[in-house]
Amino acid sequence: MRRPIAGGSGDAAGTVALPHPRTGRRPRRGALENERLLAAVLLAPAVLLLGLFIAYPFVMGVWLSLSSTSVGNVGQFVGLKNFVKAWNDSIFQTAFWNTVWYTGWATIFKLALGMWLALLLNRHFRGKRLVRASMLLPFIVPTVLSTFAWRWMFDPTFSVLNWVLYQGGFITTKLPFLSDGTYALWCAIVVNTWRGMPFFAITLLAGLQTINPDLHEAASLDGANGWQRFWRVTWPLLKPVTLVVVVFSIIQTFSDFQLIYVLTGGGPANSTHLVATYAYQIGVATGLLGEGAAISLFMLPVLLLVVWVQLRYLRRLEGA
Amino acid sequence: MLIERRWKKWVYFYLPLAVFVIGTLFPFYWMLITAIRPDAELYRSWRAVNNAPFWTLQPTLSHFQDLMTRTTFPQWLWNTFFIAVVSTAISLFCGLLAGYALARLKFPMAGLLGTSIFVTYLVPPTLLFIPLADIIRNFQLGNTPWALILTYPTFLIPFCTWLLMGYFKTIPRELEECARIDGATRFGAMVRIIFPIAVPGILSAGIFAFTLSWNEFIYALIFLSSPEKKTVPVGVVSELIRGDIYFWGQLMAGALLGSIPVAVVYSFFVEYYVTGLTGSVKG
Repeated sequence: MRRPIAGGSGDAAGTVALPHPRTGRRPRRGALENERLLAAVLLAPAVLLLGLFIAYPFVMGVWLSLSSTSVGNVGQFVGLKNFVKAWNDSIFQTAFWNTVWYTGWATIFKLALGMWLALLLNRHFRGKRLVRASMLLPFIVPTVLSTFAWRWMFDPTFSVLNWVLYQGGFITTKLPFLSDGTYALWCAIVVNTWRGMPFFAITLLAGLQTINPDLHEAASLDGANGWQRFWRVTWPLLKPVTLVVVVFSIIQTFSDFQLIYVLTGGGPANSTHLVATYAYQIGVATGLLGEGAAISLFMLPVLLLVVWVQLRYLRRLEGA
Repeated sequence: MLIERRWKKWVYFYLPLAVFVIGTLFPFYWMLITAIRPDAELYRSWRAVNNAPFWTLQPTLSHFQDLMTRTTFPQWLWNTFFIAVVSTAISLFCGLLAGYALARLKFPMAGLLGTSIFVTYLVPPTLLFIPLADIIRNFQLGNTPWALILTYPTFLIPFCTWLLMGYFKTIPRELEECARIDGATRFGAMVRIIFPIAVPGILSAGIFAFTLSWNEFIYALIFLSSPEKKTVPVGVVSELIRGDIYFWGQLMAGALLGSIPVAVVYSFFVEYYVTGLTGSVKG
């Protein structure tokens, strides 16, 4: 009933009509009663910070990528030269396909293992809360620091994993975990899975807990076994949550930097670079800002595609 | 029958769960055992007969002592803490106001603004670090904590806004309407009625934002250069490795000490953190 009076007519005078004795204080409260003005005031700090440190750098990044700027050297407009150069650069090509490979496999592993763990944690057992809390540790501990622990576990000389495999009789010589490009990329995928899987598990667990147990009961009364119940009941109901989690994970994994930076540094012989670590090497370590900015912008089309899928999905949810 | 069922439960439930627990926690155990192991034991041939890698009989705190007295590690801890707290506070402030506006107020382009804040949430730091480094240099912020305090909100504000917007939408409008009938201003109703109700949401957003800024790496790596100004993740990576030599005992002690503060904060607020985590993706 009150809404039309307070509603956003864009007219501060609209509030005058409040039939209440205390409106006598109106002069002081005038301006912020206007819905548009209040919205503008409330949004200003966020928009200012995001504009200054996201929108502006983005525009500047596009400009840099089209110029020959390097550290201490104002560049000139060179068109798409930086992009063409990167595209023809064999290290960049390796980095790009590494990124696709790394993202793809890590996401598949995280989804499969995360789903499995979520299903396990959805059952009742003693110490459940403790197990669930400790499972999230890899996700909250600084990635750089836990990656160091993995690097030590993959150490060429003192690797504990090699020791275990050797004592177990699985190998006779050490595995070259980080000193061989192919092994090293798989090691990175393992570490990324280890770190990101809890996020999948806990989010999917939250989704699982919203599923009505009656549905499972009905399905088992109809003779469905565990496997069928998962694919016919759980999976369809979990799909919305799963899609959102996968989108988030793809964005984070595709733009990953710190894990590779610490684990391999892009080596051996530039064979494990991702787009972001290569952009760092060119843009920051070498100081070629223009080329570095161009390399990191190669991530944009993939990220846009993923965001587009997500937004379309959100629209559909809102429309429903 | 019963025996068979019990056997099945072991194979399909306890065994996989145990593998998950061991796999998840082993790296942390390895950090700890490396940090308290004397150097003489750390670098021993992997085929040595008496090699017992999983425990040590001569635990030592010397790696921790070296770390605390011979490096600027305590300073890094303080820097990280200070930067994380201030940038979380800024982000909560901005996120609260913006989240309220997007959830409650009607204004032109509300939808567009909401969408663009969500899109900035998905912008990864690695896309923008090169131009951002240039901007930080131009603003004369390089090598100061302010470089990080002002840039961390770029990934914290969208998340806080998104989470709190969802939270505000669950609070019935009638509460504000009653307050306004009683003479409260819009602003007053927001601050005195809605914000106190939203405290659990604010806590979730705050805890999550704190851990995110504690863990941030690439901006800290690029914007800070003097050893005493660094944060823990960057300090451990760049200062504890001298040349090509890795002092693993000290490194692992640093990794452990750098992880404990977030782990403690997390363990006190697990439920809030989980709400933040699941809310951050569902909105």
